[in-house]
Amino acid sequence: MWVFLVTEIMFFGALFTSYIVYRSLHSFAFAEASRQLDITLGTINTAVLISSSFTMATAVYYAQTGKKRMIIVFLALTILLGLVFIGIKVYEYYQKYVEHFVPGSSFSFPAPYAREAEMFFTLYFAMTGLHALHMIVGVGLLTWLVIFAERGRFTPAYHSPVELTGLYWHFVDIIWIFLYPLLYLIGRHLE
Amino acid sequence: MHTEASIEQPRVHYLNADYGWKSWLFTTDHKRIGILYLVSITLFFFLGGFFAALVRLELATPAGDLVSSETYNKLFSMHGIIMIFFFLIPSIPAVLGNFLVPLMIGARDVAFPRLNLLSWYLFNLGGLFMLYAVLHGGVDTGWTFYTPYSSNFANTNVVATIAAIFIAGFSSILTGLNFIVTIHSMRAPGMTWFRLPLFIWALYATSIIQVLGTPVVAITLTLVAAERLLHLGVFDPAYGGDPILFQHLFWFYSHPAVYIMVLPSMGVVSELVATFTRKNVYGYKFVAFSSMAIAVFGFLVWGHHMFVSGQSVYAGMVFSFLSYAVAIPSAIKVFNWTATLHKASVSYQTPMLYAFGFIGLFTIGGLTGLFVAALGVDIHVTDTYFVIAHFHYIMVGGAVMGYLGGLHYWWPKISGRMYPEGWAKLSALIVFVGFNLTFFPQFLLGYMGMPRRYHAYPPEFQVLNVMSSAGATILGVGYILPMIYLIWSMRYGPKASANPWPSTGLEWQTSSPPPTENFGDTPVMNVEPYDFPTLASGRNRAQLGSEPRPA
Repeated sequence: MWVFLVTEIMFFGALFTSYIVYRSLHSFAFAEASRQLDITLGTINTAVLISSSFTMATAVYYAQTGKKRMIIVFLALTILLGLVFIGIKVYEYYQKYVEHFVPGSSFSFPAPYAREAEMFFTLYFAMTGLHALHMIVGVGLLTWLVIFAERGRFTPAYHSPVELTGLYWHFVDIIWIFLYPLLYLIGRHLE
Repeated sequence: MHTEASIEQPRVHYLNADYGWKSWLFTTDHKRIGILYLVSITLFFFLGGFFAALVRLELATPAGDLVSSETYNKLFSMHGIIMIFFFLIPSIPAVLGNFLVPLMIGARDVAFPRLNLLSWYLFNLGGLFMLYAVLHGGVDTGWTFYTPYSSNFANTNVVATIAAIFIAGFSSILTGLNFIVTIHSMRAPGMTWFRLPLFIWALYATSIIQVLGTPVVAITLTLVAAERLLHLGVFDPAYGGDPILFQHLFWFYSHPAVYIMVLPSMGVVSELVATFTRKNVYGYKFVAFSSMAIAVFGFLVWGHHMFVSGQSVYAGMVFSFLSYAVAIPSAIKVFNWTATLHKASVSYQTPMLYAFGFIGLFTIGGLTGLFVAALGVDIHVTDTYFVIAHFHYIMVGGAVMGYLGGLHYWWPKISGRMYPEGWAKLSALIVFVGFNLTFFPQFLLGYMGMPRRYHAYPPEFQVLNVMSSAGATILGVGYILPMIYLIWSMRYGPKASANPWPSTGLEWQTSSPPPTENFGDTPVMNVEPYDFPTLASGRNRAQLGSEPRPA
């Protein structure tokens, strides 16, 4: 599992590299575009995700101690928080669509940074999209865990699926911890 | 040598345990998955070879008379993409590695058998996308997919090809991940890290590259596909993008990918040299660590593909220096193999002929690699046939030689039959002669300035080009022969004993072909690797369960 997460880091790594290069090339445009993101929703989502990591860790703890009821409760809470995150993300995407910030023919942004801002939003959608995809996979995995926990498969002796899914969930969480300042906060420090 | 009658083979083994097609397509036996891969990549090898044949046929005459320049672009692109992503990268790891990793470390199977089967299906799904792209007019970007041509201008099946590479890439990642976990956690009792066969060390290094590098090229090519489909501008200067960034990201994987192709071959050659000289490989630890060093350095040299791209001169100097540094672990291997040969009684059987071929051709390929790693020389030979010849010496002269050598060496274990030695020696010789005739003239052509990727050339280059095309024909015969006699030997070859060469690895301690569960009892490795003196003294070295287990 650790090896797989290394693969994932490299997967996101290429996107982060692209981001760093273009950010240094077009720092003002990126700051300007970053200011168009909804900081409130971004911050709420960060809080939601960190809470979900807490509930996930608690679920792993109860898996280790073998309390079936509590495993299911905290897995379900994690799923709920994950869905809230995805829901808010979808709403943000919708906002961007309404405001013509989706890259492509309908994109519009005030001069002089139109082109560079489009690049920012391309990377924004690529990075958060890939992240959201991982969230959806994570929710799927958690649902599968709930079904197995319901059947009483997890015991203190055998609970590695819960632990490994936990690792994965924390990883996806950490990716967001990096995405949030890079995408939402860079505009603020220039004000 | 044993006589046929005295050879005992198990009545039930992994090949005849079950015959139905389901028992193959749903198998989780690493040995059967290895065979499945063998079938898949052989098909792609001959498809890629077919395109190479058309390329060489076109280049037999100076005028571009056989195909149009557009078709020619597609031919060399599809040759490169198929050979690299669908033959060379999976060749040794997925076929020989799958078959041998558990056997060599004394395990029953790989760590994740179902994941292993999934990776074969992913490979074939990627292969289907590739075939779709080929059949619907092909792709013409070259195997490098350089932007902005691939993202904005090419009118061919770029997206389907990228999807093919993306999916096949995941099969490669899963195989690498599986091997890393298997080697870490499933070694037999007594099989310490420094008792691992050198082939395992090489595959371990390869797996690390696969796991670290492949995701980068996957996401990079996905961005190219997104740019084409959604009209974005990730690498388009008109949007503030940078096409050079694509080259950086692409070569960050694709240079290490060269080591994915050649490191396993080096591992095979280490095994062959030890077996056919009946000596431990000189400097075992140096050879083992040089594999790791190549894997690490391999990630730091990608910029030497971009000396003429306009990157800064200082970056160029650093990349040039680091590229020279890779020569050190590579040279350690070559010198240690030759030191092993010193005062040894070498038996010149077919696998050893391939090993000699590898050492010679890899040395030429490696030394010319130093030419192109030098900033000044590279500017002269960039995008000429010199580069083509250089990397074919590494990839075909190196990787394919090692693959064929390994296939012959372990064929008795895989099939339970011996291949016909006379035919095999002949075809090894044909491959060697054909290869050199094909690619040595290309060094000269490149040095005289013939650029790559053109379907026509000035008449004064014709003699060397005809030599090269003639060599390619001979090489083709050399590749078709083994396919014929290996298939023939599966039915008519003499039966192989458990340890026909003989050699010391754990894989030779079980019967040929091995039973589905590999070993009757868990083997115990209680001697050093390549311990030929003990083998010669007739004592049963790695005891198969008959020795008291270490506490």
